[in-house]
Amino acid sequence: MTTETFAGPQDFFQAQLRWHWIEIAFWLAMLLPFVLTPNYLVLASQIAITALFVLSLDLILGFSGIVSLGHAAYFGVGSYTVGLVSKWGWGEPLTGLLLGGIAAGLFGYLTSFIIARFRHLALIMITLGIGLLLVEAANSASWLTGGFDGLQGIHTWRIFNTFRFDLYGYTAYGYSLAVLFVVFLVARRLIHSPFGLALRGIRENGQRMPAIGAATGQHIRTIYTIAAIIAGIAGATLAETTETVSLESLGFQRSADVLVMLILGGTGRLYGGLLGAIVYMVARDQFSGLNPQYWYFWIGLLLIAVVVLLPNGILGGLTLLARRLKVAS
Amino acid sequence: MSENALATQGVNKSFGSLIVASDIELTLPRGVRYALIGPNGAGKTTLINLITGMLRPDAGRIFLDDEDVTSLAPEQRVRRGLVRTYQINSLFPHLTALESVTLAVCEQRGVARTWWRKLSVYRDEVDEAHHILSSLMLAPVCHRPTRELAYGQQRLLEIALALATRPKVLLLDEPAAGVPRDESKQLFAAIAGLPRDITVLFIEHDMELVFRFASRVIVMVGGRVLVEGTPQEIASDPQVRAVYLGKTAGALKHG
Amino acid sequence: MPPVFGVLFDGVAYGMLLFLMSVGLSVTLGMMNFVNLAHCSFAMLGGYVTITLMNAMGWPFLATLPIAFIAAAAASVVLERVFFRRFYNASELDQCLLTIGIVFVSIATAAYIYGTDQQPLQLPTYLHGSFNYAGLSFAVYRLFLIVVAVVITVALVLGLEATRFGAQVRAAVNNQRMARGLGINVDGLFAITFALGSGLAGLGGALAIAMLGLDPSFAFTYLIYVLIVVSVGGLGSIAGSFAAAMLLGVSDMAGKYYVPAFGSFLIYLVMLLLLIWRPTGIFGRR
Repeated sequence: MTTETFAGPQDFFQAQLRWHWIEIAFWLAMLLPFVLTPNYLVLASQIAITALFVLSLDLILGFSGIVSLGHAAYFGVGSYTVGLVSKWGWGEPLTGLLLGGIAAGLFGYLTSFIIARFRHLALIMITLGIGLLLVEAANSASWLTGGFDGLQGIHTWRIFNTFRFDLYGYTAYGYSLAVLFVVFLVARRLIHSPFGLALRGIRENGQRMPAIGAATGQHIRTIYTIAAIIAGIAGATLAETTETVSLESLGFQRSADVLVMLILGGTGRLYGGLLGAIVYMVARDQFSGLNPQYWYFWIGLLLIAVVVLLPNGILGGLTLLARRLKVAS
Repeated sequence: MSENALATQGVNKSFGSLIVASDIELTLPRGVRYALIGPNGAGKTTLINLITGMLRPDAGRIFLDDEDVTSLAPEQRVRRGLVRTYQINSLFPHLTALESVTLAVCEQRGVARTWWRKLSVYRDEVDEAHHILSSLMLAPVCHRPTRELAYGQQRLLEIALALATRPKVLLLDEPAAGVPRDESKQLFAAIAGLPRDITVLFIEHDMELVFRFASRVIVMVGGRVLVEGTPQEIASDPQVRAVYLGKTAGALKHG
Repeated sequence: MPPVFGVLFDGVAYGMLLFLMSVGLSVTLGMMNFVNLAHCSFAMLGGYVTITLMNAMGWPFLATLPIAFIAAAAASVVLERVFFRRFYNASELDQCLLTIGIVFVSIATAAYIYGTDQQPLQLPTYLHGSFNYAGLSFAVYRLFLIVVAVVITVALVLGLEATRFGAQVRAAVNNQRMARGLGINVDGLFAITFALGSGLAGLGGALAIAMLGLDPSFAFTYLIYVLIVVSVGGLGSIAGSFAAAMLLGVSDMAGKYYVPAFGSFLIYLVMLLLLIWRPTGIFGRR
């Protein structure tokens, strides 16, 4: 904390809510791809969607301390819901988001009862197990999910009857970015609410929470459901903008990737996850020409480096740097 | 309203062949300050864990204000006013002192579940948290992260967290443990300043604290209650002296 | 004889392999609480050592097995000294990430050196083929696997129960602080146990080639199964690992034989239910 002085105790909490100029700059910079790199708007749209997904993981991992190796399950449920609804004739995008979010949220709510009861290795294995189970189930139920080939016949209608999703990606990126921003605002508000404080309490010292009267189980179930809804919305957005849904949206690869992105960027700060998603996906795109083996080699080294050198991820490193510069000046 | 704020009946607990609590019968009338002393390993902290619900007793019952709370979860007992502090600080390292106590106040008032309103609108809760911190002389450092506080201040924060839950019965587990001499004055003042309607049981080795604040002393050895009495009676009890054998006679005066 | 016995036989063989690959992780997790997700990289290393010795240098199969063990053990010693010991007190998440990073690097390195195809392995003739009994055919190699694994298991159990080293290991797994207080050199003990466990994994990897195949993704694919065995069996418990490995091996074979449409669904479901029933594992403590 800096040496700011506050007139009254509430000012501290008020100050945390104020928009830092870097935040505003960040969001304005998100508009740059429209102008600077119009050829990459499809990629930008993917990045925005993934950033939203990483955000949802940050809420349970970074803020509440729940390590999940199967978070893609909720992303996939959102994707498949939209895909199926669209295949059956309803392709309106905004209601699609709603349906995807609700479906994922329902699944999240049900699984949260199991999740909230465990910690440590058992929790990690259970999240992994739920994810793997869902993939196998989706694979087997190919009459519903299209199995290995994925869903066919998805067509997303225009947004407000005006904006059409096309190959250029303007609509896709605008849509994805808007969804990301709106959900981000909600997440930001949540972080600075009494509930957000309780979550941090759980992360900092889960044992102490019952001793101050906190119903920890209930808190965890709530945040897990909210995170599932957001992951579902991200999955739904992906299905709508790409008009495809496949098993990999549920798979372990996606769960692992999103974990790597969050750690890379830095947990527990919202922007860390966004940064991690951007860096990871841009890098992956740039190196996609390379043999995939090389990719895993460098990501492996990067992971080791982050754990050893930069425990708070890139954002943590940047914050440290900024602090040192401020002290020096 | 009952006469006894806290009572235990026949509480027993063992881990295999190790008996950590044997037929514990405790009664704490409303508003008293009792002390629980005994050598290390006597089972004092275990008893606290049994009373607060962190451990389930093998047999026996625990009554809070005549209500049988033996089957209630820890957070439910806290909501009914049975609160403890920890011998080894159990705090929130990266939360500031104000945030920590505000959290406890919010939980106590049942508003910790709202995720759609900013914390800054909860003026009453923040005020109450600040008030508690001020009463413990922690107001000047309330914006510092817990892990940056001095050890004595952290012990006070332990008590602040407990006070935020509006306790009726407060179990203090060695509040003075590890506090350097020059910081213990504030601690003593804090304990002296505890509201009269709260019933307090504290575990202590520091005899100065025991003599200054406790009206009655309970001595535990090897999982059972050895003897109970006023501080003067206990100080001159030959059995108690035998238990503390190996320490000099002066040890019973200052911890 | 009904085909269920054939399925049981194959399941037990598979389970034995899983046991060899998992027991080291279970004991080291129980002792030091260090989440080493790179454990199967040692298994993979053992496999590739055998391949190299046999295909490139013409060694006989059986002779490569001890080398696979030693190579994996040696590699683990190096990693433990250089990296892992600094993270014994780090958070679980950090340990997971560090070791996942190592898995990625190992997979990429294996792919670079050996390519991504399955490695061909020529078993010696006396381990070839199958023998018939009561109308079912049993693979000779799988019988060999079972025999080897049983011998090793007996050696492990005897070592644990009857030697001073074993007693120290049991004490350290049970209560690390107490063990230190008794004067046991827990750090040294851990280093040796870690090497032994990784060596066993390497041996398991070498033995697995003829039954499960070997390619760079081995380190990841079987990590999931090993984690299931360890978490279901209970940390630090050899008996638990054995029971869980048998359960997993037989369930997987049964599932693939009787309900192939569901693939691994059965395994994950069984694991989930078992973990929910007993979060610290069947033989776990606490």
